[in-house]
Amino acid sequence: MDQLAAISERKKAILSSLALLAILLAVWQLTTKPPIQGKAEGLPGPVAVAARAWEMISDPLYDRGPNDKGIGIQLGYSIGRLLVGYTAAAFVAICLGVMLGLSPSFYRALNPYIQILKPISPLAWMPLFLYTIKDSSRSAMMVIFMSSLWPILANTAFGVAGIKRDYLNVSALLQLSWVKRLWKVILPAAAPAIVAGLRISIGSAWVAIVAAEMLIGGTGVGYFVWNEWNNLQLTSVIFAILLTGFVGVVLDMGFGSLAKVLTYKE
Amino acid sequence: MSFLEVEHVSKSFLEPNGQALCVFRNVRLHIEKAEFVTMVGHSGCGKSTLLNIIAGLETASAGAIILDGKETDTAGLDRMVVFQNFSLLPWMSVYENIHLAVRAAFPQWDRRKAHDYVQRYINMVGLSGSEHKRPAALSGGMRQRVGLARAFAVQPKVLLLDEPFAQIDALTRGAIQDELMRMWTATKNTVFMVTHDVEEAILLSDRIALMTSGPEARLAETVDVKFPRPRVREEITELAEYARIKKHIIQFLKNCSREMPAGDMTTGLDAVAVGQQLAAEV
Repeated sequence: MDQLAAISERKKAILSSLALLAILLAVWQLTTKPPIQGKAEGLPGPVAVAARAWEMISDPLYDRGPNDKGIGIQLGYSIGRLLVGYTAAAFVAICLGVMLGLSPSFYRALNPYIQILKPISPLAWMPLFLYTIKDSSRSAMMVIFMSSLWPILANTAFGVAGIKRDYLNVSALLQLSWVKRLWKVILPAAAPAIVAGLRISIGSAWVAIVAAEMLIGGTGVGYFVWNEWNNLQLTSVIFAILLTGFVGVVLDMGFGSLAKVLTYKE
Repeated sequence: MSFLEVEHVSKSFLEPNGQALCVFRNVRLHIEKAEFVTMVGHSGCGKSTLLNIIAGLETASAGAIILDGKETDTAGLDRMVVFQNFSLLPWMSVYENIHLAVRAAFPQWDRRKAHDYVQRYINMVGLSGSEHKRPAALSGGMRQRVGLARAFAVQPKVLLLDEPFAQIDALTRGAIQDELMRMWTATKNTVFMVTHDVEEAILLSDRIALMTSGPEARLAETVDVKFPRPRVREEITELAEYARIKKHIIQFLKNCSREMPAGDMTTGLDAVAVGQQLAAEV
């Protein structure tokens, strides 16, 4: 009975979602004016955006010079930068976070600096990165690095500091080497908290990369949005906005399933 | 010289108001090789703290632990603990939990030998078929079987049992106690156990150490339990000597509770909680 109820609940939710989508699209279409003599006025409607989307998705990898590349290539640039900055941040933040979590005095010593650095918008670092690194793409990666660092660091330190005394007692009794202690006890024990941090920061990193690419220009989804805005191609802008949302969901879902694997019941 | 010597060990905690609270003072207990000694006392007398000090998981405020002629103050594979709350690593399977301990204790063994050894201990506690389950999927009794297998598999010099049956339901408890007796008979480990349960103490021990109530608890006396082994629960509970020992211990524990000043019932509270409570009243 419960299962049946759950299925019909889910069906209801899906139907409601679809109905909402239909209403939104209808309102959007009705409130936008159709192009007059091929020239659009106001916002483009959903039909125009869908047509543009189809056009871009069916040929994602074309490359006609610096200002005209397929959406697949732009996305590739963005995800590439994301991966480099994010992976570096995850590595640094997890290492540092484990140290902070294991040493309360180290944590207290570093905490004031973390508190000051954390609320800084990752984009605010951009001029300093551009000045020191002198490479716009690498500066964007550093912006990703800064945006991802704090959530992972805070969550790792929190997770490691909260490891149950029992687990550490077991590792002490068994005289585990520090490598085994780290891999067999500390990291798995703190894994749920660490993955939560990874999940938060992949979201904020994806938000930051679009903004960073608007600033640095050249390549990437952010640059694409800005460039299409300069070309007054609002259909492309709207399509790209929706696309970034979609990519964000996929990234989040990836970490969602990772969290499921690494969570343990006591 | 005894195998395990607890020499004049005291433990104090610092209270929030900066005063030291002495949990127990000057405990001296000598345990012979292959002897099974149990400590009984009210909550708050610091018996689990003493066990942790022997294990090297906590430090003594004064005194020393001497094991096999050497002073020891850090944890090591020569002393394994079976914990009240099992303390299995929940992200590992039964097999992995025991395997981790075996690899740590015998790093020189090859994969094959370690595997067979782990499997033998899993079979010994009747968990074959559940090797790949995680602790969360097991009952309390089964979890403590894993705890026992892990502790015995390391082949420690001393086995420390910290109220190992307290969180197991009454029906299973007897079976696990028998399991412990069987394994202990086979290995002849030196055992120090801590418990609330007087009958359990009499059934398992060679000697029972009685602690007065904390704070400032001390070791009042030790009672010899000289029933022949292997012991059968149903038989020894019939003996007049059993009734005498049981009565003696229960009387002792009752007197301890009576000695305590009114409004200061430590029973059911641990030492730290009592300390905080006292501090709050001052």
